[in-house]
Amino acid sequence: MARHISIEHGEGGEMTHELIRDLFVKYFGHAEEAKFDAAVLDLPGSRIAFTTDTFTVKPPFFSGGNIGKLAVAGTVNDLAVSGAEPLYLSAGFVLEEGLSFGDLERIVASMAEEAAKTGVRIITGDTKVVEKGSVDKLYINTSGVGVVHPGWELHPEEIAEGDVVIVNGTIGDHGVAILAARGELGVATDLPSDSTSLYPLIRAVRDVGARIRVMRDPTRGGLATTLVEITEDFGVIVELDQEAIPLKPEVEGACEILGLDPLFLANEGKVVFIVPEADAEKALAAMREREEGRDAAIIGRVVGRGEEGKLLLRSPVGSRRRVFRLLGMQLPRIC
Amino acid sequence: MEAQVRTEDRIQQAIEKTKDPALARKLLREVRRLAEKFMEKHGRPASFMEVCGSHTHALAEFGIKYTLRDVLKLLSGPGCPVCVTDQEEIDAMIALADGEDRIITTFGDMLRVPGSRGSLIKAKAEGRADVRVVYSPSDAVEIAQKNPDKQVIFLGVGFETTIPVLAAAVYEAESLGLQNFSMWMSGKLVEPIMRYLLDTGETRIDAFLLPGHVATILGRKGFLWLAEEYGVNGVISGFEMNEILSSLYILLDLVLKGKAEIVNNYPYVVREEGNPGAWKLAEKYFMPVDMAWREIDVIPKSGMDFCPEYAHFDAKKRFPVTVGKPKPTACRCGEVIRGLIEPEECPLFGKACTPAHPIGPCMVSSEGACAAHYKYLRQ
Repeated sequence: MARHISIEHGEGGEMTHELIRDLFVKYFGHAEEAKFDAAVLDLPGSRIAFTTDTFTVKPPFFSGGNIGKLAVAGTVNDLAVSGAEPLYLSAGFVLEEGLSFGDLERIVASMAEEAAKTGVRIITGDTKVVEKGSVDKLYINTSGVGVVHPGWELHPEEIAEGDVVIVNGTIGDHGVAILAARGELGVATDLPSDSTSLYPLIRAVRDVGARIRVMRDPTRGGLATTLVEITEDFGVIVELDQEAIPLKPEVEGACEILGLDPLFLANEGKVVFIVPEADAEKALAAMREREEGRDAAIIGRVVGRGEEGKLLLRSPVGSRRRVFRLLGMQLPRIC
Repeated sequence: MEAQVRTEDRIQQAIEKTKDPALARKLLREVRRLAEKFMEKHGRPASFMEVCGSHTHALAEFGIKYTLRDVLKLLSGPGCPVCVTDQEEIDAMIALADGEDRIITTFGDMLRVPGSRGSLIKAKAEGRADVRVVYSPSDAVEIAQKNPDKQVIFLGVGFETTIPVLAAAVYEAESLGLQNFSMWMSGKLVEPIMRYLLDTGETRIDAFLLPGHVATILGRKGFLWLAEEYGVNGVISGFEMNEILSSLYILLDLVLKGKAEIVNNYPYVVREEGNPGAWKLAEKYFMPVDMAWREIDVIPKSGMDFCPEYAHFDAKKRFPVTVGKPKPTACRCGEVIRGLIEPEECPLFGKACTPAHPIGPCMVSSEGACAAHYKYLRQ
C-alpha cells in the first residue's frame, strides 16, 4: 500500500526518526552531521557566502524538474553567482499531511542528484508536517554556505563602456514550463524547465581565465528585471540587442498566444555575465562546451556609466527604448 | 506527408518573414520616404489612427511610433475595450465583485482598472472578493461547473473579436444547463465609434490602420463603408513588425494617390466576408444597444448586450448594483482614446498616474495607450 505523510511524522518521535533515517540520511548521506543539533563544518579560507531561499512552486512536479531540484539548484546558483564555491546546504521541509512517500522520495532523490552535480553536501535539515490543506504538497527551504576563493571576487566597479553582456542560453523556458504544468497554456508543450545548477558552468568560465565583472541568475522577474537591477545597483547603462537574445520557438509561440514578454519570464538555469570584451570569446567557448551553455550568446553591451543606471533595448528597426521593471505580474488580455 | 512538411515549411518561412529585421529596416526606409513625400505635398505629416490596443502596443514596442515621430502622426484611437468603458459601468463591475456567494471571472486587463472606490485586485487582496483571471470565457464556465454553490460572473468587455467568444461561453453554459453562470455584457462595436470620430471631425484622420483581429469577424467587407461613405482609406493589418510596416506603406501610398480604398493586408487571416458563422452565434444571444463610451455621449447601437430571452444569463439583471456618479478626476483618458492628445500631454501621466497608482484605465489595461507609452516610450 502506498505510504503517506501523516501528522505524526512531524511529532519528533519514532516516526520522525524513521523518516529522517530512511529518507533524508539515505539520500543526503549526512549520518555523521545528523547526530548533532547543528552541523559543525570546516571551511577553507575566510570569505564566506551565505544565502537562503524558500521554494513554493506550484505544481511541485513539472517538465524538466521538480521542487526539490529547484531548491538545490536555486541556492547553489545564488552562491555561485555571488562568486562563491557552494559547499554545504541545509534543507527544511514543510510537508502536507497526506503527501505520498513516493512523491517525497522522488523529490529527495532529485535533490541528492542535483547536489552531486556541484559537489555540494546537504548536511542539516528540519521537517515539519502541517494539516492537509495548509500547504500545497510541500514547501522546501534551503540555505547554503560557500567560500569565495581569493581572486574570485566580483568587480562591478570595473564595469566599463564596451564590456559585453552574455547569457548562457535561451530565456523564459522555466516560466513557460510552469505555465504549461499548471494547464494555463491551453496548448500542449513538453518544453522542459531549464532548472539546473550553474556552478559547473561558472567554474568553467573562471577556469579559462575570463574576468567576470558581475553575474546574476535571472530567476523570478526574468532577464529584464535582473539587468535593470544590475544597471541600477552599479550605475551602468546597458544596451541589449533584441535580435541577439536566444529564445526557443515554443517560448516565443507561448508568449505570442498569451501576450507575455519573455524578457520577464522566470529562468532557473540561466546566468547573465558582464565581462570585458577581450574575454568574451573564451567565456563563450567555455560555456558552449557544456549542455547548459550550448546556446550562450552575447546579447548586449555596456554603453556607459552614470549616476542613474539604465537598461535599453534596441529593436530590430534600430530604435532604442528603455526597459523598466514590471509592476507585478503580467496580466495579458487574450482577445 | 511530404507535401504537408513542405506546407509547414512554407508557413514557417512566411511567419519568419513577418519578423525579419533586415526586411523591417528596408520597409522602414520606404515608409519614411513616402511619409516625407506626403509632408512635402501637404505641409504637414500624415495622420493615421489605429483602433486596436494590440496595434497601439506593437507600434510602441517595436519602436515604430518613436522612430517615425518626425514624419508621421500615429494616433491611438478607441481600441482598448476596457479604456472606452464608461466609468460608471466600471464602478458597477467592481461593486458587483463584493459578496461571499460569487466568483468574478475576467480577462487580466480589468484587474487593476481603477474604480471610484478601489479596483478588483484590491478587493481580492482585501479578501472582499473572489476574483479569478481567465484566459478564455470558457474557463469561467468550467469554474461555474466546479463551484455549483457559487454564482460565477464573467465580465464580458470586448470588441467584435471577443463577442463571439463570449457567445460561445453562454452557449456552453446553456448546453450544460448551468444555473450559476452569468455575464456582465459590455460588448463594443468598432464601426459606430469610428463614425462618431469622423462625424465630429475633432481629430484629423487621414486614414485608419484597421484592426486585424476585429476584421477576422467583420471581414474586409465590414469596413467598405469607410471608403465608400467617407472617402477615407483603411488597411487591415496584422501585428508583427513587418505586417505593420507594410500596412503603413500601403496607407501612405493610398493617401498620396488620393484614392479611397480598403486593403486587406492580413489576407492569410482575414477573409473578405469575415466570419459570419461566429457573428451569427453572437447575434443569437446578443443584440445591438445604445452604449455610453468613456467621456463620450451615448452612441446609438454602439454596444452589444443580451437579448431579452437570455436575461437569465445577464448579470446586470440578476445582480443589480447601484453606484453613484463617478468621482471626477483630472484624468484625460477620454481625450486619449479619441486621439485628441498623446498620453504625455495629460498632466497626471507618469506623475500622479502610474501603473502602480492608476487614475484612469488607459494606464493599466494591457491594451491602453497610456500603459504602452509608460512601458515603451519613457526615456
